[in-house]
Amino acid sequence: MKLAQAKTDAAEARVNRSDLPTGGKWANEARLAALTRLHGAGLPGRRDEYWRFTRPDDLNRADAPAADLLKTGESPVFGDLDRLKLVFVDGVLDRDQSDAMAMQHVEIETLADAAAADIHWARDIYGVLETAGQAPVERPLAALNTALAENGLVIRVTGKAPRPINLQYLRRDQCADAVVHHVIKVESGAELTLLENGPGAARLSKVAEVDIADGGIFHHVRTQGRDHQRRAHTHIFARLGKESEFKSFTLTVNGALTRNEYVITLHGDDARAHVAGACTGDGATGAFHQDDTVFIAHDAVNCESRQVYKKVLRNGATGVFQGKILVQPGAQKTDGYQISQGLLLDDDSQFLAKPELEIYADDVACSHGSTVGAIDEGAMFYLMSRGVPKSRAQELLVLAFLAEALEEIDSETIRDDIRDRLAAWVERHSG
Amino acid sequence: MLNINNLHVELEDEDKAILKGLSLTVPAGEVHAIMGPNGSGKSTMSYVLSGKGGYEVTGGTATLDGVNLLDMEPDERAAAGLFLAFQYPVEIPGVGNMTFLRTAVNCQRKARGEEELSAADFLKIIREKAKSLKIDAEMLKRPVNVGFSGGEKKRNEILQMAMLEPKMCILDETDSGLDVDAMKLVSDGVNALRDGKRSFLVITHYQRLLDHIKPDVVHIMADGRIVKSGGPDLALEVEHNGYADILAEVAA
Repeated sequence: MKLAQAKTDAAEARVNRSDLPTGGKWANEARLAALTRLHGAGLPGRRDEYWRFTRPDDLNRADAPAADLLKTGESPVFGDLDRLKLVFVDGVLDRDQSDAMAMQHVEIETLADAAAADIHWARDIYGVLETAGQAPVERPLAALNTALAENGLVIRVTGKAPRPINLQYLRRDQCADAVVHHVIKVESGAELTLLENGPGAARLSKVAEVDIADGGIFHHVRTQGRDHQRRAHTHIFARLGKESEFKSFTLTVNGALTRNEYVITLHGDDARAHVAGACTGDGATGAFHQDDTVFIAHDAVNCESRQVYKKVLRNGATGVFQGKILVQPGAQKTDGYQISQGLLLDDDSQFLAKPELEIYADDVACSHGSTVGAIDEGAMFYLMSRGVPKSRAQELLVLAFLAEALEEIDSETIRDDIRDRLAAWVERHSG
Repeated sequence: MLNINNLHVELEDEDKAILKGLSLTVPAGEVHAIMGPNGSGKSTMSYVLSGKGGYEVTGGTATLDGVNLLDMEPDERAAAGLFLAFQYPVEIPGVGNMTFLRTAVNCQRKARGEEELSAADFLKIIREKAKSLKIDAEMLKRPVNVGFSGGEKKRNEILQMAMLEPKMCILDETDSGLDVDAMKLVSDGVNALRDGKRSFLVITHYQRLLDHIKPDVVHIMADGRIVKSGGPDLALEVEHNGYADILAEVAA
């Protein structure tokens, strides 16, 4: 009881520092309902099973811890692609740096504009998929986001989008505490690729609710910047219709704290959901804790899901993977696959994995695997015996280890770009 | 070229001596074969020379053109001109064969202060060499040795040797697991590299390989040292009579 009270008090403290944004009727209702969910659950605590491997303290505290701004001089990821670019600075849309919010088959507006309307289609998604994602495990920080978010985009895709949408998250203020919430609706047979890059804020809370109708396709690739001290907690809630497809890949390098959560429901028959991530962390350049927490529920027949996660950790870096496949009664012919692997380059780093399967149907194929290990000495010797110095050999083997996750990216151009950036990271952190 | 003198080696983890005073000299341009019963230390010798971990040298020396091999890292030994064709080539998922070879060639060139090969030049050279070993473009693209048949792995070893152009080649049971045609192909690849200066040390159990790669000298190794050396006829003798006679003769 005492604990529950403390958690609710913490939630109060977190909310009280900012007033709830006001909007039209539907938005006000959604925000109030989210606040109620938050108060009911309280903020996450270390004793919550779901937060066993990741301390939520820095996400709970009222003010964002400062994070130095990183200047790299590097060209931005996705910069060479033909895309519609929308720029957020510290979580706020910057129209001057952005392209016009218009593209064939796509309607884009800001969350503020959509929220101001008395009636809006987003009402059926905003906070709704998040609410559905509160079971079986409470996600109070997602409810907090729904209650507080003023910024974000509301996107409706009605056909095949001719270009990807690229959301760039830049930083300006060392202490910015950003709360961003996107709503994406992919109509029947429509298709969108969403690209996200950049650190976002000193502390970024980001929720995306993605509703994919029958036959819709949603592809997503994101990189989370290279700022060492930034903290980020993201949620993607996705609901998949019949024969629809959801694919998401995340690259995380650096960052003091990252937690990326997915809650995906395969709602219609013959749907496909693939999530993948590559992560590299080096404790020598700052604290590094990265957590991928994935929940995929099969609630229809003949659906396929894949989870492929690879983490390379060194100098006291920590990687976490919590992945669950839930197969509901009647979800026959489910094909579920999950692999998570940690490569530890020293004895100081750790990889914590909790793979779970929960199956209530009898005609399914589900497999999961989780491994943690060091560089293969045999492969190392083989490379060195051919004249490759140890540090270079290690780089090759690290990239080889990550390759399987990168293979999950459909676009060869994007895959190559991300591979090159990973190679550069690995080279910088070599030896 | 290669000079091994009174080499003593133990396994690092257990107090077990493997090489017990091995001495061997392979002059430039010559092909020497080493035969010997299982457990005589042939593979250990090849690993110790190329710098694999897990062994402790407790005495003796090994030099390549006068340079002490035993103090160097494996990559430095390779850059100095030593090459080991593995008995069991290692599979490396995720590393493309071509990337691997180009990295190796250029790392060695860099270590020797030579200019790195451009992608175009490298491609031209490797295509030509791969062709003579019947290695197709597909095999070059695949991850190193992954899904290769036994024969493909051994051909890939010879391709690496051809690309790296070492001074001293050690072939550790390169014939094991090869059918007659593959052995011919591999042997032709090795013979193509014989240029009167490059030296070879061929470890094998079978005289048959030595029909293709004709040795100048044959050594018999037993219990961690060379117990007898002779001409090519020595290999024939082993083939016909086994090791018992030779070992008995040495013991006597």
